[in-house]
This record gives sequence, C-alpha cells and structure tokens, in this order.
Amino acid sequence: MIKIKNISKSFADKTILNGIDGEFDKGKTNLIIGSSGTGKSVLLKCIVGLLHPDSGKVFYDLRNFTEADKDMKSEIRREIGMLFQGGALFDSKNVEQNVMFPLDILTKMPLGEKIERVNFCLKRVGLEGVNKKMPSEISGGMKKRVGIARAIVNNPNYLFCDEPNSGLDPQTSIVIDELIMEITHEFDITTVVVTHDMNSVMGIGEKIMFLYKGEKMWEGTNHEIMNSGVKELDEFVFTNKIMKSLKNGSI
Amino acid sequence: MKGFGRYMIFLSSLVVRRETFKTYYHLTLEECIQIGIKSILLFMLVSTFMGAVTTLQTAANLVSPFVPRFVISQVVREMTVLELAPTIMAVIYAGKVGSSMAGGLGTMRITEQIDALEVMGINSASYLVLPKIVASLMMFPLLVIVAAVCSMLGGYLAGTLTEILTPTEYIYGIRYAFNEYFITFALIKSFVFAFLISSISSFRGYYTQGGALEVGISSTQAVTTSIIAVLLADYFLAYLLL
Repeated sequence: MIKIKNISKSFADKTILNGIDGEFDKGKTNLIIGSSGTGKSVLLKCIVGLLHPDSGKVFYDLRNFTEADKDMKSEIRREIGMLFQGGALFDSKNVEQNVMFPLDILTKMPLGEKIERVNFCLKRVGLEGVNKKMPSEISGGMKKRVGIARAIVNNPNYLFCDEPNSGLDPQTSIVIDELIMEITHEFDITTVVVTHDMNSVMGIGEKIMFLYKGEKMWEGTNHEIMNSGVKELDEFVFTNKIMKSLKNGSI
Repeated sequence: MKGFGRYMIFLSSLVVRRETFKTYYHLTLEECIQIGIKSILLFMLVSTFMGAVTTLQTAANLVSPFVPRFVISQVVREMTVLELAPTIMAVIYAGKVGSSMAGGLGTMRITEQIDALEVMGINSASYLVLPKIVASLMMFPLLVIVAAVCSMLGGYLAGTLTEILTPTEYIYGIRYAFNEYFITFALIKSFVFAFLISSISSFRGYYTQGGALEVGISSTQAVTTSIIAVLLADYFLAYLLL
C-alpha cells in the first residue's frame, strides 16, 4: 500500500498540487485521473521520487519515502517498476537487453536465469521472438509491452504507469489495460496508473482519484463514478455525446 | 555563477551512489570505442594536413638564407606539440565527441530514459556520465599523441615531396634542441581538456529540458562552452606551466 499525505508542489509561483491526501491499495489498479494540466503526472513523479514535493509525505508500506536517506530511497526504488508514457526503452539496447537491464544492475543472477526470467516476462506480455529486435524496429504498442515486461522483471511490489494508452489505438489500449490489471492481481502488487482515457477508467479503475486544478476532488470506484454528483467530475466523464446520452438515459 | 554552482553539484553527484566496478568497466570500454576508436581517422586526417600546411607556410615565411632549412621542421615540431595537437584537436574533439555526448544525453532526458534509470534506484548521472569522462581521460591523450605523430609525418611528406627540405634536414630539425618537458606539458593539457569537454558536454546534455529543438540547442551550447573553457584553460596552463 502507498499512502500520500498533504502533497503540495509549485513551479515558480504556480501551484500545481495543493495538499493531496490519498491511499493506493495493494492488489488493485489505482487510477489518478483528470484533465490535462491538473497535476496527475507531477503527483506521480512526486510519489516515485523524480520530483521532491514542497510539502507532504509519501509512505511505501509505512516507510517514509520523502524523508528517507539515500540508501533507504534506493532500496524502495528497487521495489518499483514503472511504465513510462513513451516506453522509455534504451535506444542502444535490444528488447532482451532492455528487459534484462534491471536484473543486470540490481541482482547477481546468473545469465541463464536472467534469460529465463526475461523470456517469461516477454511471454507474459504476449511478446515472443522479438528478443533481438531494437526499439526502433517495433511498434508503439509493442514498446509499451516491453516497458511493462521491464517493469515487472524484478518482481516489483509497486507498479506505476504514466499514460499507458497514449498514442495507441483503442483496441491495443484495452489489451494494455487488461494486461496491467491481470499483472496487478497475479502478482498482488500496488499499481498506480495515471490516465485521462475513459476506457481505462471504466475498464480497470478499481480505485480512482480525480484531480481538478491541483486538488483532489473525488475518490471512488469505476462503478461509483457515473453517479458521483461532483460537477467537475461529470464534466470530465461526460464530455462526449455517447456518455452524455448514457447519463441522460437516451441510450 | 548559478550555472557554475550547478556544474559543481553535478560533478559531485558523479561519485556518490556508484554502481559496481564491473558495470563501469564495461560501460567505459564501450565509451572508449565510441569516442576513441571511432574518432581516430578524423584526428589522423586533420592532423596530417595540419602538419603539411604548417610546413608549407613556415617555409614561405623563412626566406632568409641565414636561417637553416631544418628550422622549418623544428617550428613544425614546437607548434604541433605545444599547441596544434592538444588545443586544435580539443576543438575538434568538442565538435565531434562533445556534441554527441550532449545530444545523446539530451535525447535520453526528453524520452524519459534518464527518469527510468532514476526510478530503478540508479544514480543516472554517475551511471551515464562517469564512464564518458573516464573514457575521455583515457582516449583523448592517446588521440593527441597520434595527432602529433601524424602532424609531423604530414610535415615530412609536404616538405620532402615539394623539395622544400631534404628528409635528413627535416629529421634533424625534428630532433634539434628537443625539450622533453613540452611533451609532458602537452599531455597535462590533454588531460585537462578531456575532462573539461566531457564533463561540460555531459552537463549540458543531462539537464536538457523540452524537445528535439532543445536537444539541438544543448549540443550547440556544449560545443561553444567547451571550446571557451578549453581556450581559457589553455592560457592559464601556459601561464602556470611554461
């Protein structure tokens, strides 16, 4: 479980996050949603430590990450897997080397075991026989899958996904969403997904945090989101005609 | 001053939370191939022509019958060892290797590859930059030595093929009144220049923000800042050590 307390972050004199509290449960896909520019990615970066919050604390299973020393931070980070928006695969390494990278750096596993683990993870994300391909030779959806394989190769306790569906067609988006959810349940990890994709919200939002202008407006599940009663959330959810018709009961 | 402060903090971050020696060993070897072996032809080509042109121009200026012709090759030697090999090669090194370092790191930054390393608990600055600096410190002095040899060889070819001076005169001039300290001085300069170019270029690339346009700007800034730093260091080293 990850707990955040009173997280605030400003850049120059612009406040991006203002006192965000929340909990992300283990074994669930926890979503952070909101329109562009509401601070979702900044919050995610504060949680994983890529940005230091101006105030507030982040706890990883009761371990205070924000105030931890460098060794403790390093230890916690080694339990984290992250899928980046563009995949963030290393251009100079092939698919196999990319997925193996955390094992090379963080473990003393023999090469044979590492290759076995890499093949298992690639098979788990539905990619086989692409081990020797370079990132430039595979599609956007495949890059995301390789990114997921790299994120889970070291058996993380926490998985973070930053806009996993950006740049993907709707069908591939659903495949990636389902994969994230399956992995979360299968390995019983705490997964946090930043998205503004409504398909993801309805499909995998077991716990959802809605941000609006840097503040937490609402928290609930995908079943509760349709009847939240929060005007700002309704505006976000029911933006397209089909969703509006669904709300009005005309469909 | 703020930029200099950030640069110093960046340098200090390279030596904390390091990875294993084996990791750095492999990365440094890869960098040596990238920045050393793959630059050697360019260095040989430039320095050979540099030596040849220096010979021709020196010969054109030394027209007095009272000045023996072996002085031409002596001038070529002194110019090559003291200035042309270390300093001009440093400018070329900044243009070829420095811009490549800044561009590579800048691209890694904007495509979140550096963030990916940080999230894994790896000190990205140390992991990515330290091998580049170590490889530069190893390879650039070697490139300077190769360049010095090629420059004098170029001078020999230009001088003898155009019959400005005989092979014996050229070799006599190269050996005449030779001061070994100048070689030491050139190597000291090459170590300092290698450090400045690799660290400044990496610093510029590592802190790139934005997109493709900013990566290009970082590369350009890396080259210009490195060259200015090299020229300043060149002056102070000459002032202090000669």
